[in-house]
Amino acid sequence: MLQAPEITPEMVEQDKVYREMGLTDKEYDMIKDIMGRRPNFTEIGIFSVMWSEHCSYKTSKPLLKKFPTEGKQVVQGPGEGAGVVDIGDGQGVVFKVESHNHPSAVEPYQGAATGVGGIIRDVFSMGARPIASLNSLRFGNLTTDRVKYLFEEVVHGIAGYGNCVGVPTVGGEVQFDDSYEGNPLVNAMCVGLIDTKDIQKGIASGLGNTIMYVGSKTGRDGIHGATFASEDLSEETESKRSNVQVGDPFMEKLLIEACLEVIHSPALVGIQDMGAAGLTSSASEMASKAGMGMEMNLDDIPQREANMTAYEMMLSESQERMLLCVKKGEEQEIIDIFRKYNLEAVAVGTVTDDKRFRLLHKGEVVADIPVDSLAEDAPIFHKESKVPAFYEEYQNMPAYAPNVTGHADMLKKLLQQPTIASKEYVYDQYDSMVQANTVFSPGSDAAVLRVRGYDKALAMTIDCNSRYIHLDPEVGGQIAVAEAARNIVASGAKPLAITDGLNFGNPDKPENFWQMEKSVDGMSAACLKLDTPVISGNVSLYNESNGQAIFPTPIVGMVGLHESVSHITPSHFQNEGDAIYVIGETAAEFGGSELQNVLEGRYFGKAPAIDLEVEAKRQSELLEAIRSGLVVSAHDISEGGLAVAVAESLFTGKGFGANIAVEGELTAALFSESQSRFVVSVKEADRQAFEQAVENAHYLGTVSNQGKLVVSNGTEEVINEEIEALQQLWRGAIPCLLKSKA
Amino acid sequence: MKFAVVVFPGSNCDRDMYYAAKEALGEEADMLWYKDANLDGYDAILIPGGFSYGDYLRCGAIASTSKVVEQLREKAEAGVPILGVCNGFQILVESGLLPGALMRNKNLKFMCHFEDLVVENNETIFTSNYEKGEVISIPIAHMEGNYYCDEETLASLRDNNQIVFTYKNNPNGSAADIAGVTNERGNVLGMMPHPERAVEAILNSADGLKLFQSMLKNWRETYVAGA
Amino acid sequence: MKLVKVHVTLKEGVLDPQGKAVQGSLNRLGYEFVQEVRVGKYLELTVEDDANIEQKIEEICNKLLANPVIENYEYTVEEGVTQ
Repeated sequence: MLQAPEITPEMVEQDKVYREMGLTDKEYDMIKDIMGRRPNFTEIGIFSVMWSEHCSYKTSKPLLKKFPTEGKQVVQGPGEGAGVVDIGDGQGVVFKVESHNHPSAVEPYQGAATGVGGIIRDVFSMGARPIASLNSLRFGNLTTDRVKYLFEEVVHGIAGYGNCVGVPTVGGEVQFDDSYEGNPLVNAMCVGLIDTKDIQKGIASGLGNTIMYVGSKTGRDGIHGATFASEDLSEETESKRSNVQVGDPFMEKLLIEACLEVIHSPALVGIQDMGAAGLTSSASEMASKAGMGMEMNLDDIPQREANMTAYEMMLSESQERMLLCVKKGEEQEIIDIFRKYNLEAVAVGTVTDDKRFRLLHKGEVVADIPVDSLAEDAPIFHKESKVPAFYEEYQNMPAYAPNVTGHADMLKKLLQQPTIASKEYVYDQYDSMVQANTVFSPGSDAAVLRVRGYDKALAMTIDCNSRYIHLDPEVGGQIAVAEAARNIVASGAKPLAITDGLNFGNPDKPENFWQMEKSVDGMSAACLKLDTPVISGNVSLYNESNGQAIFPTPIVGMVGLHESVSHITPSHFQNEGDAIYVIGETAAEFGGSELQNVLEGRYFGKAPAIDLEVEAKRQSELLEAIRSGLVVSAHDISEGGLAVAVAESLFTGKGFGANIAVEGELTAALFSESQSRFVVSVKEADRQAFEQAVENAHYLGTVSNQGKLVVSNGTEEVINEEIEALQQLWRGAIPCLLKSKA
Repeated sequence: MKFAVVVFPGSNCDRDMYYAAKEALGEEADMLWYKDANLDGYDAILIPGGFSYGDYLRCGAIASTSKVVEQLREKAEAGVPILGVCNGFQILVESGLLPGALMRNKNLKFMCHFEDLVVENNETIFTSNYEKGEVISIPIAHMEGNYYCDEETLASLRDNNQIVFTYKNNPNGSAADIAGVTNERGNVLGMMPHPERAVEAILNSADGLKLFQSMLKNWRETYVAGA
Repeated sequence: MKLVKVHVTLKEGVLDPQGKAVQGSLNRLGYEFVQEVRVGKYLELTVEDDANIEQKIEEICNKLLANPVIENYEYTVEEGVTQ
């Protein structure tokens, strides 16, 4: 580890030590200008983390500006720990997604665990009680021991942390593709509930007020995690193991309870968690946001290891730490609340009015920086953008026309594809029911939690089909938002807002930057049309291994509101004799489809088309029909098409079957991934009313009690399969892959 | 009837237990922080699930050394009903208030889903509202729920009718499919499944409510004149 | 100062699923000569010198470090490094 005292400001400049920290020569010159002198080692370290992509969004800022962030439902947009949306009755729902991709690639258990811990802190630092976690995971195909290990340990890590801390993990998605083999994605989302009057801000205002530190002691963990997250994964990073932090969910649980008590104390001015770039970012941001300065004495920082330098303390990413601004003279009140939970709150600094970020250590000033320069003066890069050749090629291809002979066999194959197969192996390891609000656990289109004490509920989902985005980022971006909204609407809720987790490759490559640009355009258009503004988000770039970028993966986390618990709608069929409908039109669209993956082992051609006008109208018609009590069950049609959606609707273990007839070309009717479609079931008596309420609803057949899926094309039977057998294939696929030898 | 919910550092089903008693059952309940808990004046004591002390060392081991457990011992001897669920069960076995031990699930993984339980003994103060042999749907959520005891203890559990709930399809390797046991006197029940998570239809099962109703009925019959 | 090293192991006859999994894994890796694995815990306690050190360590083990229903313990007392 680099030791501060040995490296003089002259050496920082001459030996270009800043390069090791991820800063360019140009950035160093800017910093020298800002400081009016050569920055010392600690100061340059502070700049390097604050100006990293992770903290400054220097590459993505021009794109993030395009997102619609306003709406009458928005209470708090991007900029604080997490966004807040109004849900009536003086309550707000708080949520955000965050990536922990690079740490998870190196040490999957702790990487995933601390990812969960970090996002939970973002939510309770707003003053909200965390009520649910979701996660979106991407791995290579489950064929190598390394991928299996990453997959199993990431799941263990999420379970180990989330279960202990008492926040139910209620939903998520897992997809597998070779592009993620060396660079898995671990994005965790947390949802909290708050009385909007209690919303906290991460500010350090009031001259002379006290800065207090609480939580785990500071050790040498994760130093340069923020810059690490902004680099490609290579052989070299494999050896950076010391970068990965270790989580302590027990400490986090104590912090949650103590902080949720502290927010009611009039002594508290502001509160923020120490996330990426630890003490540096939390302290400087709190001062900067308040228009103030801050002086901290590092001798007072609780330290886990001996002889820590200022540099190490400021850059440590030790977990489970919070920074508070407390009214001068009222510190004892805060200390007492934390003491109840066996936690120690320690005064480490004061608010100043000189807008400087000044650090003392062993009687010396070790850093003195204009505080706003850390958050505001990071350079903004307008990266070069270029249409990739492969995109042109995909667009010019004739429509992919798959040749399927046995449709029943194809259905079985599709149900066993890991991306479609049951994720029970994963979610059974998560406590999905703690807090006793879970109405629908993982395995439904959207997770649903009732809001205790009110006739309302929350729907939440996390979703992204990166194959479509790979083929066409703009269309794929639209689909990502629309599909998340479909999940929410199918459960009977109105979509409120989204959080975005943008995962891309190296933005210095113009083709990658073009993908970012276009996906953001597509997502923005869909957010506007569906009235789901972006209230928070995260950017993770440089997701590459051996020079190969991942599929562009802008993950959408969405929350919706059930205005009455009577609107809550399951995704499975419920009664024998109910009528089955498909809503929406089906075309022969197989670009990026699971069928294409099965037959070709790769994706090419055009992504399925989407018309946002049609999408919005259809969603609002279905939601109205649900609210009018006309819909028994609703399931959106996604990977694998209609046949998979109908089969999934039957996996209830209650002995149901279905007799349906499909029209048109059989392969398209069954397996096309045309957008804006749902499978719903309706009581026989409500058919007429339902058909009037929802345009483009096509009657398919009925739910039976025969335990068989029987599909005809109008003239003959094309599928006749036992549901129990299909369900076993679907349930067993992932455990079977994990057991099989590589 | 007045319930005490004892909250340890790391308990995370404390509120669920509180709401089950307070809202679903409609009786009085208090959450008591372990440091200053005074259990006097309560008609029943609930030890909730969670990860007391992070499950560090062994689940329930550190909590079982806290002072409030001394009070629990006195109350158990005085015949006060005590229900420990999940980590609460682990604390009760670690403190010796219940026989046996809870080991890692046989598949070594945390598991969370609804399980069918069989009511083996409906003559306890916790189960009198159930039928003997009734099958109820209650969620489990644990990594260390694999009940272990030696042959001798198992024989005495059987002889004394202390096995209250068994799993219909043993998920975790528990000896004799045991999901819940009482002490000899029958006033202390420990169980891994979470009845407090199954007290309302909207939570997908209300089968756990009868357990709390049994406690209430028994209390009324014993203590409320004319009931 | 003394350094106390405590080993906590499962009693004979108590099923050890973790040990079984490790054994299975080793066997699959080709180390078929591994016949049994039992997983235990190892703890290091740095303690002040005390005349009744052994008695106190026994107490600690029985009260907290080991669960006598399923576990055994062994310990050694060594000269520790003064910090």
